[in-house]
Amino acid sequence: MNWQAISVIYKSEMLRTRNTLLQSIASPVISTCLYFVVFGSAIGSRIQTVGGVDGQGGVSYGVFIVPGLMMLSLLTQSISNASFGIYFPKFTGTIYEILSAPISFFEVIIGYVGAAATKSIIIGTIILITASFFVDLSIAHPLWMLAFFILTCVTFSLFGFIIGMWADSFEKLQLIPLLVITPLVFLGGSFYTIDMLPPLWQKISLLNPVLYLISGFRWSFFELSDVNHGTSLIMVLAFLFICLGIVWWMFKSGYKLRQ
Amino acid sequence: MPPIVAIKDLCKTYASGHQALKNINLDIKRGEIIALLGPNGAGKTTLISTICGIVSPTSGTVTVDGHDTVRHYRKTRSLIGLVPQELTLGAFEKVENTLAFSRGLFGKKPDPAHIEKLLKQLSLWDKKDSALMMLSGGMKRRVLIGKALSHSPKVLFLDEPTAGVDVELRKDMWKLVSDLRESGVTIILTTHYIEEAEEIADRVGVINNGELLLVEDKNALMQKLGSKQLSIELREAISSIPESLNTYELQLSDNGTQLIYSYDVKSERTGITALLQAVNKAGLQLKDLHTSQSSLEEIFVNLVNDRQTPPDPSKETHPMKDAL
Repeated sequence: MNWQAISVIYKSEMLRTRNTLLQSIASPVISTCLYFVVFGSAIGSRIQTVGGVDGQGGVSYGVFIVPGLMMLSLLTQSISNASFGIYFPKFTGTIYEILSAPISFFEVIIGYVGAAATKSIIIGTIILITASFFVDLSIAHPLWMLAFFILTCVTFSLFGFIIGMWADSFEKLQLIPLLVITPLVFLGGSFYTIDMLPPLWQKISLLNPVLYLISGFRWSFFELSDVNHGTSLIMVLAFLFICLGIVWWMFKSGYKLRQ
Repeated sequence: MPPIVAIKDLCKTYASGHQALKNINLDIKRGEIIALLGPNGAGKTTLISTICGIVSPTSGTVTVDGHDTVRHYRKTRSLIGLVPQELTLGAFEKVENTLAFSRGLFGKKPDPAHIEKLLKQLSLWDKKDSALMMLSGGMKRRVLIGKALSHSPKVLFLDEPTAGVDVELRKDMWKLVSDLRESGVTIILTTHYIEEAEEIADRVGVINNGELLLVEDKNALMQKLGSKQLSIELREAISSIPESLNTYELQLSDNGTQLIYSYDVKSERTGITALLQAVNKAGLQLKDLHTSQSSLEEIFVNLVNDRQTPPDPSKETHPMKDAL
């Protein structure tokens, strides 16, 4: 293993975040605060508790949306960080250096995906801390929460890396996050449980893979879920392995990198 | 001593069907400077990219220091430094950091002293904290060289290193290349500038249409293929060349005071003695004589032209005349 190479790729990607601190960190904090103001206070105050029976028990709407909000940021940030990380060297042409270095594709992935996942973990933690200023949070299953948290960051950073490899324009770079991921996250129960939906839409929602992520993550907080948390974990792992499979194929074929 | 780089039957056909390299065979000796000359699209960059690992070969093998570039890519790439043709650099990184990044990428531990030495050698030390986008084109070119040298490679590829560089910087680079050779680095450079090859290379290879037309010791090549010109300066201007001198295919200068005779240095009889006697017989008075040898550029143009157009029998006795 070329640990030096992994280390310099990881550090240079993290340095890029430090240089754009306002954009990287302040932006998710501000958007989280806005979500809490709009959904937690303005709208949430008119919504009864979620997950209780006959209006008893459950959690307040402000608390309920925390895991969904975190997932929303984790998914979009992981994808955008990783996709931009590998796309930018392709765009500027500096990718030649990585291609001519004694480094395997696997090591390149560890560097870029590791850095993107780390950034997402930092952002997720900041959102969690920011949320705790607005609502009283408790985490029922911290280890499950960490597992979902880290697995989601890694998996979607890997997915972002694939998008960055595939994209050959800035427009394509934004295409999947905007047209696929954001709708899936919003329709995946970030701000509601699917039992609030009509029966047909409940069934359709079960086809949305992001629902399983949000559901599992929310379960680790409040033991509230749309689907079994074991199924959620299997779905995250399945997506992780699909991404690994695609990346392995890219490695074997030299996809869009090595002619 | 075995070659540092050995290329055997190397072919590259791109997915588009374009055959960029056709059966290239080349041994590069340790410590030499070899210049690859060729017009645009000749295959120079593809050849370099294939050796460096950026392009996968379709067939054939390349070994660097005895290691196969595909099977033992870690070993071979760690021995190679590449300066690309384009000024491909990031925008916001600092000069010092980008060199340290390159060193790490090639598996070497951080060595600030080495980076400092390189930056000073490249006259970039005072710019070490500057963002790359703030640098001039010449400075960016030097940063690229610094990046390529950051891991102390044994073989350095310079793809058109002085393209778009001013004369002063070009000479600085030649000096740097010469110093690197002194330190034992093997240098392979591609260039459009024949004078560059003429100035610094030990051997010259000519590539055209993906074929390596020849590889020769530079001096031997010039000796072997070069034609010479004899300029005969006349005391008095003439309006036309006397008929008795027609067999020598002389050219008359515009002002009518100079006769130019092209001859092949390879031939045993240059015809100079006979020409001078004929000039004397024609009643022309000589003021001065001097000779000049054809440049590498003329040799190059001639070689490339020869491959592109069918040979003309009338030119067989004066192979360089067309280029001159």
